[in-house]
Amino acid sequence: MDYFHFDDAQAVEPQRPWTRRRFSKPKRWSEAAITCAMWVGFAVVMLPWISIIATVVVRGSKAFYIDYLTTDMLVNSSDDPLNAGGVGHAIVGSLIMVTLAALIAVPLGIITAVYIVEIKGRFAKAVRFFTQAMSGVPSIVAGLFIYSMVVIGITHKYNAIAGSMALSILMLPTVTRTAEEVLKVVPRELRDASYALGASQFRTTVSVVLPNVRSGLVTAAVLGVARVAGETAPLLLTSQYFVKFSTDLFKNPMASLPTYIFGNLGVGSDNAVSRAWGGSLVLIVLIVLLSTLARLIGGRTRRSR
Amino acid sequence: MEIIAPDKRKIAVRRGIVDKAFRGVVTAGSMISLIVLALIAAFLLYRGFEVFRDFGLKFFTSSKWDAGADDGSIAPSFGVAPMLVGSVVVATIAISIAVPFAVVMALFLCFYAPRFLRRPMTSVLDLVAAVPSVIYGIWGYAILMPHAKGWAETINHWLGWIWIFKVPVPIFERSPFIAGVLLAIMILPIVTSVAREVYSQAPQDQIDAAYGLGGTRWGAMRTVVLPFGKSGLVGGAMLGLGRALGETVAVYLVLNLVFKVNFQILASAGGSVASLIASRFGEAGPYELKALMAAGLVLFIITLIVNFIASSIVNRAGKSQR
Amino acid sequence: MSQPTTGLATRGLHAWFDKHHALADVSIHFPENTVTGLIGPSGCGKSTFLRLLNRMHEFIPKSAMAGEVLFNGEDIYGADVDPTEIRKRIGMVFQKPNPFPSMTIGENVVAGLKLAKVKTSNKDDLIEECLTRAGLWKEVGSRLKAPASSLSGGQQQRLCIARALALKPEVLLMDEPCSALDPGSTLRVEETIEQLSENMTIVIVTHNMQQAARVSDYCAFFLSGGGPGRLIEADETSKIFSSPQDSRTADYVQGRFG
Repeated sequence: MDYFHFDDAQAVEPQRPWTRRRFSKPKRWSEAAITCAMWVGFAVVMLPWISIIATVVVRGSKAFYIDYLTTDMLVNSSDDPLNAGGVGHAIVGSLIMVTLAALIAVPLGIITAVYIVEIKGRFAKAVRFFTQAMSGVPSIVAGLFIYSMVVIGITHKYNAIAGSMALSILMLPTVTRTAEEVLKVVPRELRDASYALGASQFRTTVSVVLPNVRSGLVTAAVLGVARVAGETAPLLLTSQYFVKFSTDLFKNPMASLPTYIFGNLGVGSDNAVSRAWGGSLVLIVLIVLLSTLARLIGGRTRRSR
Repeated sequence: MEIIAPDKRKIAVRRGIVDKAFRGVVTAGSMISLIVLALIAAFLLYRGFEVFRDFGLKFFTSSKWDAGADDGSIAPSFGVAPMLVGSVVVATIAISIAVPFAVVMALFLCFYAPRFLRRPMTSVLDLVAAVPSVIYGIWGYAILMPHAKGWAETINHWLGWIWIFKVPVPIFERSPFIAGVLLAIMILPIVTSVAREVYSQAPQDQIDAAYGLGGTRWGAMRTVVLPFGKSGLVGGAMLGLGRALGETVAVYLVLNLVFKVNFQILASAGGSVASLIASRFGEAGPYELKALMAAGLVLFIITLIVNFIASSIVNRAGKSQR
Repeated sequence: MSQPTTGLATRGLHAWFDKHHALADVSIHFPENTVTGLIGPSGCGKSTFLRLLNRMHEFIPKSAMAGEVLFNGEDIYGADVDPTEIRKRIGMVFQKPNPFPSMTIGENVVAGLKLAKVKTSNKDDLIEECLTRAGLWKEVGSRLKAPASSLSGGQQQRLCIARALALKPEVLLMDEPCSALDPGSTLRVEETIEQLSENMTIVIVTHNMQQAARVSDYCAFFLSGGGPGRLIEADETSKIFSSPQDSRTADYVQGRFG
C-alpha cells in the first residue's frame, strides 16, 4: 500500500534546489598568464578603435549647428566661425555620385555573379579571379585611370560622372562577391522546379532565382555603397571639390563628404579642422546606417528562408 | 557481374534563341572586370610610356623628382625610388605590427573570449573595417601622431644605437613609423577577419586530441591551431599588405614625403607612391602628369602581384581544409 | 527488341556522376496511360533513372549518360531536341514539395505557363481545373491569393502536382512524392494518381511497398549490389508481388532486405 510513499526517501535526502556544478579548470600559472595576455591584446586592439569612434563623435559634434546639414559653403570660407556654412552640398554630392556608381556597378556585379553561379560558364574561374584582382586595385589607381580616360580623354572637366565611374570600379568587386554568395544559397530544388516545368535558363534566372533573393541582392548593393561612400583619393582626381550645391553631372566638379573632409583638413585652421571632424561624423553615421540597413535586409532574407 | 559500359554520350543541349542571347549578354557582361583591368593597364601605359621611354630604368632607381623649369633651363627628371622604398618600408612596418595583434585577436575571439563577446565583436570588426581611410587619416594626424611621437622618442632613446632607429635630426613627426602604425590599425580588421575565419575551421578533433593528451589550451593553440592556420594567415597578411601599399589619403596626412631613399623609420622623411600621386597631382604640368601615370602603373602592377599571391594562398588554404 | 512508338521507353540507359557509374544498362517500356512503380533500396539509381527520363539529369554537375530515352518513339537526347519542350511534355514532381516561395497559390499553379511561355485563354478556369484534379481545390479554392508557403506539406505537394498538370503533360514523373507527407495527405495524393492515370502515363519512385502495390499497374525493381544500379525485373505489379522471377526481387518485396 505504501510502496509509493515518498516520506522515507525525502527523509534520507531532503529536497533542495539544484545547484549547477561548475567544471573546475586546472589552473596553471603559464596558462593563466597567456589568457591574461590575450585580454591585454584585445584591450590594446580595441583602444584605437574606440578612440577613433569617440573622437569623431566628440569633435565632430562641435561643428554642428542648426543649419550644418542643410547649407553649403558658397558664401563662407573654411576659416569662418562655425555658425554659417555647412556640409549639405557635400552630402548631396556624395549621395548623387554613390547612387550613380551603384547604377553602374550593381547590374554589372549581379550579371557577373549570375555568370559564375547560374551559367557556370567556361570562364567562371577566370572571372572570379579577375574580380578578386579588381578588388585589390588601389583606389588612387582607379582615380588616375578614370582621370586619364574620362577627364582628359572625353569630358575635359572634373565632374560627377567621372567621380561615379571611379567609385563604381571600387564597388564592383564587393557587389559581385556578395551577390555570388547570395545566389549560391538558392536551393537546387527551386531551380529544379522551374526547369521541370520546361522553363528556359533565362526564365529560371529572371523569374525564379533572382526574385527569390531580391533582398540579398539589395544587401549586396548597400554593402557596395558603404564600401565606396568614404573613398577620397579617386574623387580628388575626378570630381574634385565644389563649394556649392550642384546637381550638374557634366559641367562642374562636385563636392563629396570625403573631399570636404580632406579639403578642410588641408586648410588647417581651427575652424576648418572642426569642419573636417563634422564631415567625418556625418560620413561615419552614413556608413553605419548603410551597413546596418544591409544587415537588416540580409538578416530578413535568412529568416524568411 | 561484369559490366560492359558503353561510351558516354555527349548530351547535346539545344538552346532556344532567348537562352542563347541571355547567355551571350551575361557572358559578355561578366568580362567587365577583365576589361577594366586591361583598360587600367592600357591607359596608364599609354599616358606614361613617354616617361618610361625617356628615363628607362632610371625611373625606378633615381631619387630626383623635378618637373624642371618652364623655360627649359632645367630639364625635368623623375625617379620614384624613394617612393617605392617608402611604400615598402611603411607597409612592412604596418604588417609586422598588425599580424601579431591580428593573431592574438583572432585566437581571443575564437577560443578565449566569453561567448557573449563573440557575436558583437563580429559587428565591431565589420564596422571598423568600414571606417573610411580619410577618417583614419584625420584621427592619425590629430590623435595618434602626438602619442606615436612619444613612442618613437622612447624607441630612439633606448634602441637608437641600431641604425634604423637613428634619426639625423630630432624630429619625430610624420615618420614612416607613424604611418606604419596608422596603417597597422587600418588593416588590422581585415587581417583579423581572415585569421579568425581560418582558425575557426581548425579541426576540433585534433584540438580535443591535444587536450586529451593532457595539453593545456595554449598547448592546443600552439600544436594544432597555429600550424593549421599558418598559410591562411600568410594570405590574410598579404591582403593587408596590398591594402597598405595602395593606401593614399591616410598615409598622405601623416607622412612627410621626401625625395631621398630613407630606411631610418623614425625620421621625419618617407615615401609612398600612392601619396606621391595625390600630393603632386594638383599642380602637375602635362609632363609631370605623365610621370604620375607611370608611377600609378607601377603601383597597380605591384598591388596586382601582391593580391594575386595573397588570393592564391588564401584559396589554397581554403581548399585543403575541405 | 522492338522499338515502342507510344509511351516512354529506354534502351541501354547508363548514367554517371563524374567517374561514378550510377546506373547501368536499363531498358524498359512504360506503356501509355499506365502507372509504373520504381522500387528498390536506397541508392539503387531509381531517382537518377527518373531524372534521365525528362532531361533533368544534366543539371547535376559532371553528370553523363549513354543509351536512349524514347518518347513516342523519338530519342529525347537527340541533337535537334529542345529539352525545355521535353520537360513541358514530361512533367515532374519532386520528393520535397518545392512551390515557388515568392508566389501565391494561384500564381504557383500557372507558374509553368509563365515560365515555359505557354498561352492560355482562361487562367482562372485552368487554376480551378488543375487544383481539382490534384485534389486541392476544396481546401484552397477560396484563398488563391495566399502565399504558397502558408500551406501544409501535403497541400504543398499537391500544389506542385497541380502546377505540373497545368502544362497538360503526357507523362508525369514522381520522385517519392509522399515520403515527406503524413498518412492522410499520402492517401489523397494516391487518389490523385489513380484519377490522373486515366489519361496520363505515370512513373513513380517509391520506398513504400504497400504504396507500390496500391497505385501501380507495373513495377520495376532496381538494385545496385555494390556496382551501378541495374534493373533486375519489371512486370505487372501483381506478378512482382506474388511470383517474381528473380529471388532478389522476392527478398525485397517480402521485406527481407532494403
